[in-house]
Amino acid sequence: MRDLGIRVLIEGVNLQRLLLGLAVTARIAFIAVAFSMVLGVPFGILMTRRNAALRFLCRFYLEAMRIIPVLVWLFIFYFGLARNFHINLSAAAAAVLVFTLWGTAEMGDIVRGAVTSLHRHQYESAHALGLSEVQLYLYVIIPQAARRLVPGAINLTTRMIKTTSLVVLIGIVEMLKVGQQIIESNFLKSPTAAFWVYGLIFFLYFILCMPVSRLSKRLERRWQS
Amino acid sequence: MGYMVDTAFIVKFTPLYIEAMGLVLELCFFGVLFSLIIGLFCAIVRYYRIPVLRSAAGVYIELSRNTPLVIQLFFLYFGLPRVGITFDSFTCAVTGLSFLGGSYMAEAFRGGLEAIGRGQIESGLSIGLSRSQLVRYVALPQALAVAAPALGANVIFLLKETSVVSIVALADLMSLAKDLIGLYYKTNEALLMLVAGYLILLLPLSGLFRFAERRLRYAGFGN
Repeated sequence: MRDLGIRVLIEGVNLQRLLLGLAVTARIAFIAVAFSMVLGVPFGILMTRRNAALRFLCRFYLEAMRIIPVLVWLFIFYFGLARNFHINLSAAAAAVLVFTLWGTAEMGDIVRGAVTSLHRHQYESAHALGLSEVQLYLYVIIPQAARRLVPGAINLTTRMIKTTSLVVLIGIVEMLKVGQQIIESNFLKSPTAAFWVYGLIFFLYFILCMPVSRLSKRLERRWQS
Repeated sequence: MGYMVDTAFIVKFTPLYIEAMGLVLELCFFGVLFSLIIGLFCAIVRYYRIPVLRSAAGVYIELSRNTPLVIQLFFLYFGLPRVGITFDSFTCAVTGLSFLGGSYMAEAFRGGLEAIGRGQIESGLSIGLSRSQLVRYVALPQALAVAAPALGANVIFLLKETSVVSIVALADLMSLAKDLIGLYYKTNEALLMLVAGYLILLLPLSGLFRFAERRLRYAGFGN
């Protein structure tokens, strides 16, 4: 008899289980993105400071986060912390921590780019008016820089959503793992289930990321002038 | 003491790490090669607005850029064999990397092509160059110079992306580190060598691209 593997997707609670699996990664991504956006702003501003030692430290942090693959960082935090400091983070906590550290670095660079793209006279005028350093950033720099960093920040969000798919490699039960379970339990009944399940997961990631990256591109084009 | 590093262990397993680095480089080489071919093809097709191919390239770029490599590899390695298309691990990893990298390369080339002034194209046409001559002698050389930094960044991106290929049963640096942690409980040594392995691969490459980028600035052509 012709096998209809696609049936597996709608049988029982399979679809709900897959979507709950997606929610696991989406939650990690959401928390990490929120922390990164908040922490990235002060980090980016620190990067624009004139202090050479401070700039070197920030630069070093950014480059370290960039040059080493995120998956390696996940391993370091998940295995290394437990071994050396007896800090037993759950896989999800390690993931949130690593994605936040990485996201903060990337967000910081976006903020740095936006802040340095402002004209010098903005700073000088603010100083001439007698604004304090905090007022300068709060009322002059951040409002103007915000517009320039929004497309980059949204783009970073899609990158972070995509990168959270790595968590399956440190043993978090998310959409791929649930998919595997469904495939294995239906192995004899419908051998083509793997094709449909992984196809659906592929498609779900796509419809999650596509609108966000479209938005980023549109904003970039509109705000270019 | 738990904090000390076991140098004998490191010496013993260095050959395995070197072997794994070789695999990573090999994957990256083929992935970059095919990505460049796919990317160049897509960029040219879109630049000249060739009817059907252009929208096919557009769909491909959207699909590739908005899905993670892990998911692409799972689909290729576990999904496709179920409908009769089988790959071995290495082919699968290279296919996945090329599928992912192709769109990033396409965007880099597109950026380069779009930076060419209209005057360049019009001058080329007015001296009677054919379309293919225009691409070969006018557009591409200039586009390459503009796109070079983005292309270099993509190579590094692809090399880092190879870190997930252990899911298609390839013995890369990640899977080696994981095995050593699991078998010998030498977490520090395994992680240290893992980081060293990636740094040895990535730092020279990133330095090289930075150097090349500075040199290429001289080749800025007027519009």
